[in-house]
Order: sequence, then structure tokens, then C-alpha cells
Amino acid sequence: MKPFEYLRAADRGTARRDAAMPAAAYIAGGTNLLDLMKLEVMQPERLVDINRLDMKSVETTGEGGLRIGALVTNSDLAAHETVIADYPLLSRALLAGASGQLRNKATTGGNLLQRTRCYYFYDTAMACNKRDPGSGCAAIGGATRLHAILGASAQCIATHPSDMAVAMLALDAEVEIEEESGETRRIPLREFHTLPGDTPHIETVLPQGALITAVHLPAPAGGTQIYRKVRDRASYAFALVSIAARVTLEDGKIAQVALAFGGVAHKPWRDPEVEKALIGKAPSRALFDTAADILLADARGQGDNDFKIPLVRRTLRAVLTEATGGAG
Amino acid sequence: MDTTLKINGEERVLQADPRTSLLDALRHHLGLTGSKKGCDHGQCGACTVIVNGRRINSCLTLACMHDGDEITTVEGLGTPEALSPMQQAFVTHDGYQCGYCTPGQICSATAMLEEVAQGWPSHASADLSGGMELTDAEISERMSGNLCRCAAYPNIVDAIRDAAGKGER
Repeated sequence: MKPFEYLRAADRGTARRDAAMPAAAYIAGGTNLLDLMKLEVMQPERLVDINRLDMKSVETTGEGGLRIGALVTNSDLAAHETVIADYPLLSRALLAGASGQLRNKATTGGNLLQRTRCYYFYDTAMACNKRDPGSGCAAIGGATRLHAILGASAQCIATHPSDMAVAMLALDAEVEIEEESGETRRIPLREFHTLPGDTPHIETVLPQGALITAVHLPAPAGGTQIYRKVRDRASYAFALVSIAARVTLEDGKIAQVALAFGGVAHKPWRDPEVEKALIGKAPSRALFDTAADILLADARGQGDNDFKIPLVRRTLRAVLTEATGGAG
Repeated sequence: MDTTLKINGEERVLQADPRTSLLDALRHHLGLTGSKKGCDHGQCGACTVIVNGRRINSCLTLACMHDGDEITTVEGLGTPEALSPMQQAFVTHDGYQCGYCTPGQICSATAMLEEVAQGWPSHASADLSGGMELTDAEISERMSGNLCRCAAYPNIVDAIRDAAGKGER
């Protein structure tokens, strides 16, 4: 690990000021950052420890939603009684991720910012445009079992590893940030993560030095909520494919639906066209296949991950069948 | 830099480079070699310790981030003369072969039972709202962050089930 200056922030203003310095990084749970620093994939020169900041509470908002402090751990959030009662798919997604030890450390803000688990990003002997812009992508033409089938570019085919963010995307979450200036604003999660394009080293729209302070969930929308994760072993593995679903039926037809997909792209994936195709229709296998056709119209495998295309289709069919009471 | 840690009830002052992981601080600076270094990347669980009541991977956190924290290692759970119930259950059920993962397994299992007592659900729980029975599937899911390359898993599950059933940790 490269040497760094350790700065423990006592308040948010100090934290933002310190993080505005060159090559500075915030550290919260540290479960991903320290892993990457040991491998020298990430080499911050200053670590701004934000763990003492007051961002650890979960509060009901005036709009009837939930404001989740950025430092709320994945464990605490998964076990929170309001999350369990009103946003169960978020609890399910958190419990499907990592291990008990990691969930006790990993935070809400940090989870959103975790880096890809692409093998080539982790291996500093390999070309990686995300780690070293302009160096190339060793994943293309390499081992691609974990890689993207949607939204990839000729520069990067990495996937976003989070389960939590997939659930939050289906719940229309917003990310509350404080800019370096101290100005607070909210960014819809669907606009927060970016596609790789020609700049795969940029993964979010978060400005340099800005601090994630909370995640907001809107008032509970109800419906049947499911988080289905398909992985290579039964526990403690990243998703090959995951689906977060929220479905409301009225008079035998799909009245509301939100679908978010993990393990398929550089960001948690949501496609409004897929949802439009389902709304107002009676659930059937043919309908679910139409939805999958729309979702996967531009899907492209890299070889090892070709299986993800039929896997997404089958998982979507299974999730929608379960969410609509077996009608498919 | 100086960091004060309360380890197994005793206050210790650590002088170390900020890069020092909590695991390296325990093993190399403070002489507590019970916690083991397996992967050093949070994948194997051999380094599991209990910080402020919660199990974490001590390899994936910096010692300097824990100024003032209370840390329990396997040495703090019991002694050879007076084993903790979980330690005794591992002996009774032969919950190990080589023993390298055992301190992490025991710290993890000890804190895991506390999570169950607080009603935390798991991926294996049919009902998220608590009151789950600690089935073997629950134990396996909740312990998936602790690998045993000797594959002593059946006996580890037996040991944890036994310790849980006695209602004491």
C-alpha cells in the first residue's frame, strides 16, 4: 500500500475541505477502498475518515419517505423495521450481498461508490481503461463471465457490483450530496451512475470533493416486491444477474411496475420501455417475453458471458410470474 | 500516529503507520496472534474480530480508524482454563481440522448469535420481520463470510447450533 496522509474529519465542512485537496479520497467502511489500496489499484494520497460524522440515522421524511444517512451500515439498513415493512426488496438486496462481517462495515454511501470486480481492473499487470485511462481493455477478448451485456463500450465492459443500488433504483431513490461549496442537492439514482463510453474511469456524476450525505426513498409505493439474485454459489458471491421488481396489479392487469437489473451493465440498469410495455396488460408468459425482448434488444455477449442473455430472460420471466401470482 | 484501543478490556496505545490494518496492529504490534491472516482481502474471515459488539474483518480496516473502540479478539472470549461456550462447543464437536480459520469462526459465530438475538433477518430467512429459527440453513448463510478450507463445515454448524441451544454465548 502506498503511503497516505490520514485525516479524521470532525465535521462535514472540514471533510469537504480536506477532500478537495489533490488525490484525496473519503473513507467510510473502507471494505472496497482498502482492498483496492492494498493492491495499489487505488492510490489516494490523503484519506479523509468520515466515520465520526453524524450521518448514521434513518429518518421518516415529511413526504412520507425515508432519509437514510450515508453512514448507515448495510446491516443496520437491512434490519431496519421501516425498511422491512415498507421497502422489503431493499432489505432482501442488502442481505443478498457480501458477508455478515462486510455488511457490518459497508455503508450506504460507500456501497453506491464501490468499484467493479472486473478481474482486469484488479490486476495492475493488465491493461484497464478504468484504472489507467488510455491503456486499453484486457477484458475484451479475455475471461468475461462477470461482464456486461448492456451499455458496454469498446473501452470497458465492466459491471457495477452492487445489490443495494439495484434495489434503490427500483425504489426511485435519490442521492443527497453536499458539494465542495456546501450546497446541498439531490440527484436521482437513475442519473447517478454513468455508462463507460470513452471515460470508464468516471463512474458517477458526483463532483470532485462532494460528499454523499444520505439516500432518500419516496413514500412507499407498495406492491409485490422481489429481489432475485442469480450467482455462482448460494451465498457471498456477486450477481451474475439480479432483478429488483416492484409490481402492483389492479383488476388482473399490471398497474405499476418498476424493474431494475444488476450484473448486466456498468450501472444498475433500468429501462422505461420495458415497464411501459407491461403497464395496463394482463400478465402472461407472452407478455413477459415481449418485455425481455425489449430489454435485451441491444444486448451483446462477450463470449464467456453470452449465457447472461438467456439468463436475464428466464430470471425476468420467473420474477414477473412470481410477482403477478403465477399468471405467467 | 498514536491510537488508543480497548482490546479485551485492556487499554492499549498503538504507535503505527496509518497504513497498519487492525489485523496487523493486533498481531504484529500488540502480540495478539490469535486473529489470523488468510487472504488479507476480506474474503476468508480468518481475521474476524468483534468491534463495539459487531463482527468485522480486521484486515479491511485501518487501526487508526478505531481510536477509542472496544475490540474483542479470540483471546478475549475465554482462556484455555475457562473456555467461552462457543469455544467449548468447537472443542466438543471437533469444529476444525488445521485450526487456522477457527479463531475467526469463533469470533464470527459469537457475534452472529447476538445478531440473531437482536432479530436481524438473513438471506435464508423466509420472514424478514424476525423470530426466525436458527436452522442449519440460517447458520450456513450467516457464517458464509468464514471459509474453512479443510471443509469442517458440518462440525462447525454442529458446534454453533449447540452453543446457540444453550442460550449462552
